[in-house]
Amino acid sequence: MSLFVTELRRLGKRRVTRLMLVLLVVGLATVATAFSFSSEKLSPATVAAAEAKANNNYQNSVKEWQRSVSECEAAAARGDNTEERYGPNCGKDYQPQPDMFEANWYLPYQFDFRAEFPMFIAVFAASVALFGFIVGASFVGAEWNTGGMMNLLLWRPKRLTVLGTKLAALLTTVLGLTVVLGALWTAAFWLIASQRGSTAKMTAGVWRSIGLDGLRALAMTLLVAAIGFALASLGRHTAMALGAAVGIFAVSEIGIRIAVAVLGVQFGDRYVLSTYAQSWFLKQAELFDYHTCQFSQGACEPATYMVTWQQSAVVFGVALVGAVAAAFWTMRRRDIS
Amino acid sequence: MSAVLEIEGLRKTYRSRKRGVRRALDGFDMRVEAGQVHGFLGPNGSGKTTTLRTLLGLIRPNSGRMAILGQELPHALPAVAGQVGAIVESPQFFPHFSARDTLGLLAQAGELPKQRVDEVLELVGLRDRAGERVKTYSLGMKQRLAVASALLKNPKLLILDEPANGLDPGGIREMRGLMRELSENGMTVVLSSHILGEIQLICDSVTIISLGRRVAFGPVEQVLAAHSQGSVRVRLEAVGDLPQAADALTRAGVRVTTEPDHLLLSGVDKPATVSRLLAEQGLYVSELTPVAVDLESVFLELTATAPVPGQHRQVDQSAKVDQAGTTGGWGA
Repeated sequence: MSLFVTELRRLGKRRVTRLMLVLLVVGLATVATAFSFSSEKLSPATVAAAEAKANNNYQNSVKEWQRSVSECEAAAARGDNTEERYGPNCGKDYQPQPDMFEANWYLPYQFDFRAEFPMFIAVFAASVALFGFIVGASFVGAEWNTGGMMNLLLWRPKRLTVLGTKLAALLTTVLGLTVVLGALWTAAFWLIASQRGSTAKMTAGVWRSIGLDGLRALAMTLLVAAIGFALASLGRHTAMALGAAVGIFAVSEIGIRIAVAVLGVQFGDRYVLSTYAQSWFLKQAELFDYHTCQFSQGACEPATYMVTWQQSAVVFGVALVGAVAAAFWTMRRRDIS
Repeated sequence: MSAVLEIEGLRKTYRSRKRGVRRALDGFDMRVEAGQVHGFLGPNGSGKTTTLRTLLGLIRPNSGRMAILGQELPHALPAVAGQVGAIVESPQFFPHFSARDTLGLLAQAGELPKQRVDEVLELVGLRDRAGERVKTYSLGMKQRLAVASALLKNPKLLILDEPANGLDPGGIREMRGLMRELSENGMTVVLSSHILGEIQLICDSVTIISLGRRVAFGPVEQVLAAHSQGSVRVRLEAVGDLPQAADALTRAGVRVTTEPDHLLLSGVDKPATVSRLLAEQGLYVSELTPVAVDLESVFLELTATAPVPGQHRQVDQSAKVDQAGTTGGWGA
């Protein structure tokens, strides 16, 4: 227990941890504050103004259409060819309709908590995951690099216990931060929705769904932090984890995309990591194959492939187990010099 | 006297595709008695640090037996780790923590009282600089911090690898005094150093390692006596007679090394026989002095690492003796 508390203290004392925490909090606060200015609560007056504007635009459009038809008929009477300029039947068949001018189009943006907050959970999770990755990698990478790990092992010559305790301290910190900052994040957006948006239709079922989104976000932050920690421990350097992350991103998001495009692989995005991240947050990701469509024969429903969050769980779970198991196996076997 | 540290037949081989097989430890033996200050000497790359790292569980040996305080390693290492303080090679600490933070975290991990941190900071002379970041420390200050971290546990066995590295002359003398004081209080100290004069002054006994094997061990005086080899320096009235004298002595079975202005003889039991032998050849001695050996000359002789004019010795070039050629086994 003393080692766990020590490692928590060590992590909290580290400059990278403090700097990244400040950046994380400032970044999240900036996003929330900036977003609050973009939303405006709808009042009967703004709705009426939007309806009036929609109606006005509709009227103007009708007048313009009438003028165009009149010009066409006059030209036709002179024997001019009107079809090329005005279309068949002088465009009489294209009279503007009121439903073409919805009042919604003229309303200012209003944040809808129910519909849009899940997207902000993903933004939050990505931010905290980045924090966890960098702090986790640095926590163990710098320890290896500066000899701190060796010093610690001279005091506690149980390698797996030491590495496990460090990982536990990291995950506890990330868990605590995710819960606390997640609660503040939710409160901030609830406040924005209450004051400058809409909190309508927030049933118990919606809250349960948001809670599950939050749990998946939490799992993602812990997973990314653990993988960053494991990669840095494997390479005994923070840069190893950061380099691996850049490499994985380049291979997955650029290399594989190019390869599947060249090879003409159907639903190539199912081999791209970000598809699984998307499906993890949105519960599923639907891929389309427009190559199956023959547009010359009219409208087409393209072939689809569904990536579910359960599949994402398997992919990320395998990555997590692989990286952490390799880090512990190497820790057990390697000579420390 | 009971042994605090025992190593028997320790082997460690590194295998690399590029560099092939290298035997860092090749059946190394070592024994340190309780309450001693024991010098652990060897040229660069001889296996000193590998031995210490293996002993401390940082490196896995291929074979051999190790014990600290009577407990077999590495199995019992977690149990004895609390009684062993160690610094291995150059001191390495997290640069952005202060000395007090560094020691405080170690003390907490080791479940030691906080006041122990202040005690060791005082002991190594870092009390007034304890709040500063380690990255602002000089090498000598980092060395003091390393010694402080090793002393934090108030260990029964203290292992220090080059503790005087980077210390100023006053610091070296303080370190020497500290070692003596710790030893007098019952602590066993294993000291690895290249400052052989210091080792000779501080240590009760030594082990010398070369190419992964022990080449000498025992009390310092005993090691020096065993390798004094009855050396005698001879000068003649006429320097030009040196080759004739060297020839005469060699024919008489004396090992002779010719220097520009004198001869160095070894294996001479009675210096008077040299005087008589040369007088019989009409050569007259102006100086006949027994040469006292020091640890440095013994070290250079045993490890064959003395510089040779015109040659550049490589790191792994040093002596390797048969195990049977060393004195005793298990430090006996």
